[in-house]
Amino acid sequence: MEQFGIVEGIAAPMPAANVDTDVIMPKQFLKGIDRSGLGDGTFHGLRFGPNGEERAEFVLNRPEWRTASFLVVGPNFGCGSSREHAVWGLRQLGIRALLGTSFAGIFFDNCARNGLLALTLDHDAVRSLTDLASDPATAKLTVDLPRQSITAVNGKRFAFDIEPARKEALELGLDGVATTLRFRDDILAFERDYLEQSPWLM
Amino acid sequence: MRGTTLYDKLVDSHTVRSLSEDGRQLLLYVDRTVLNEYTSPQAFTGLRQAARPVWRPQAALGTVDHVNPTASRRTTAMPDPGAARQTEYFAENCAHFGIELFDVMHKLQGIEHVVMPELGLVLPGTVIAAGDSHTTTYGAFGALGFGIGTSDIEHYLATQTLIYKRLKPMRVSVDGDLAAGVTAKDLVMALIRMIGADGATGYALEFAGSTIAQLSIEGRMTICNMAVECGARGALIAPDETVLEYLASRPRAPKGGLWSRAVDSWQSLRSDPDAVFGREVAMAAALIEPMVTWGTSPDQAAPINDLVPDPGQESDQGRRRDMERALSYMGLTPGTRLTDITIQRAFIGSCTNARIEDLRSAAAVARGRRVAAGVRAMVVPGSSSVRRQAEAEGLDRVFLDAGFEWRQPGCSMCLAMNDDVLHPGERCASSTNRNFEGRQGAAGRTHLMSPAMVAAAAINGHLTDPRSRAGV
Ligand code: SF4
Repeated sequence: MEQFGIVEGIAAPMPAANVDTDVIMPKQFLKGIDRSGLGDGTFHGLRFGPNGEERAEFVLNRPEWRTASFLVVGPNFGCGSSREHAVWGLRQLGIRALLGTSFAGIFFDNCARNGLLALTLDHDAVRSLTDLASDPATAKLTVDLPRQSITAVNGKRFAFDIEPARKEALELGLDGVATTLRFRDDILAFERDYLEQSPWLM
Repeated sequence: MRGTTLYDKLVDSHTVRSLSEDGRQLLLYVDRTVLNEYTSPQAFTGLRQAARPVWRPQAALGTVDHVNPTASRRTTAMPDPGAARQTEYFAENCAHFGIELFDVMHKLQGIEHVVMPELGLVLPGTVIAAGDSHTTTYGAFGALGFGIGTSDIEHYLATQTLIYKRLKPMRVSVDGDLAAGVTAKDLVMALIRMIGADGATGYALEFAGSTIAQLSIEGRMTICNMAVECGARGALIAPDETVLEYLASRPRAPKGGLWSRAVDSWQSLRSDPDAVFGREVAMAAALIEPMVTWGTSPDQAAPINDLVPDPGQESDQGRRRDMERALSYMGLTPGTRLTDITIQRAFIGSCTNARIEDLRSAAAVARGRRVAAGVRAMVVPGSSSVRRQAEAEGLDRVFLDAGFEWRQPGCSMCLAMNDDVLHPGERCASSTNRNFEGRQGAAGRTHLMSPAMVAAAAINGHLTDPRSRAGV
């Protein structure tokens, strides 16, 4: 997993509520058995018209936000299907962090497993960030994970909270399975007791 | 000390160790999973690359459901090359790692969340995580079910655990009798409308109250299934006699002495009377009406006799914009009577509403009547077992005589990854769980409702109150 430290980049505003994973990654891009080629699928119906032409009005098609690294999103972003393809696709499109008031649970975990920093901020902060992102002159942000802060070009700073374990995994780019297998003996001991007490689960 | 909620009892009994100082982050032991062909491939590839075995292959079951065709004659052929690759790789992985697989020709094949309970593989007090958000269905048995992504499937397969953050418990109490013609689907749709599509984000729900106690297992599954549409990552109902009765005859449920021991241990699976919930919501069953969605988010719903709402009446600017966008996508005008909305397609299927009871309720409406001209109506049973049972009861004849297609099991047009799709602009009455933009096909328009209402809409050619004379 790619490490996350201090990342500077353009933020794009995407304030709609309940942007679901069907919209982030439509079903026609779910037919693979690997993670490749998903950048094209990301927001496909919003980015492209019925004949494959770019929709000029979509924010990530506008020249100012084409290279965005951050999305300032509306509430309940990533709701719906568990498809991790949505997160792989966002990463392949170059998105490093999502800033919003709330994220759907499965999507939030999927972000954490793939080095995509999903940050939950309060309404006022997200409103200010949406305003900053909406103006190309102020859309550049620095997201500093070690210091837990977001800084805008006008000097405005926003602090954020993040659970220590998730922060560490993102900073170090840890492999979750390898980390857990350090506790192999704990799992074996737990399992032995547990199955002894509930033998019908054997 | 305060009492403990059912949710916390389940998490406590499955905690291998804490991973944070406050104990909210923990290593959770998971009893079982069910795998499908489209969210599992990259997880298996990860195991292969790291040369890791599956920790407990007997605690996993594979079933092909998302991408297979549902044409009435079953073949192994997957006309779509992507689907063919996924099902082949799935079979290869299940064989390689020693996991039981129900492929499309298997007599027990079906939608994962229909197959698991009907086999008796969902037991009270267990934790089941699977690569599909509707794993919440299993709460109907007092099992903590929740959806996970592909990385976590890999983590589960390799370690039998997940890194888990404890949720806050929330209780939804529903009391009184549902009116005739009102179903579990209407109940959960009314809840989602009331608390919003993110109303339970960060919470595990517990459903309680006299209405819930009277519901069948199938009705309870419908409710827990759709709880994820208001953001809940876990939905529980304390197990009772209804659960025991359902499980006692299931082929994979424990038998004999083990069954008695299991039943004894399940007695404690309820929230203590003095347990405190992070949030409480109450609903009166008598006030719930047949529900239908008008928008593109499951909370954009209304009682069937309402009008399409007017965004102009909405004071919140963000919500107004979302409503306008939804209505424009749905091609609807504010003020239109919902019952005047005409449809071209009708779909009865999905893990929300394609069990035998659902098919019976739809067949009761369809019996002796005909699907309206210009409407294409499909019935896709949730599993091969459901299909056989329905045929034994003659329900297939009822549907066929009425002009419905009687198809083979699968997810089908719930997510339209196979060839069952809406054409752009087509409008569908659907017994599924998501009305997202493009969910049933690019530019397709979905109205969610109960299976009986789908049947009534198919017959009348427009959305219909199942209690009206036109409905039944
Ligand atoms: S029927 Fe629909 S919701 Fe259920 S598992 Fe299949 S795709 Fe998911």
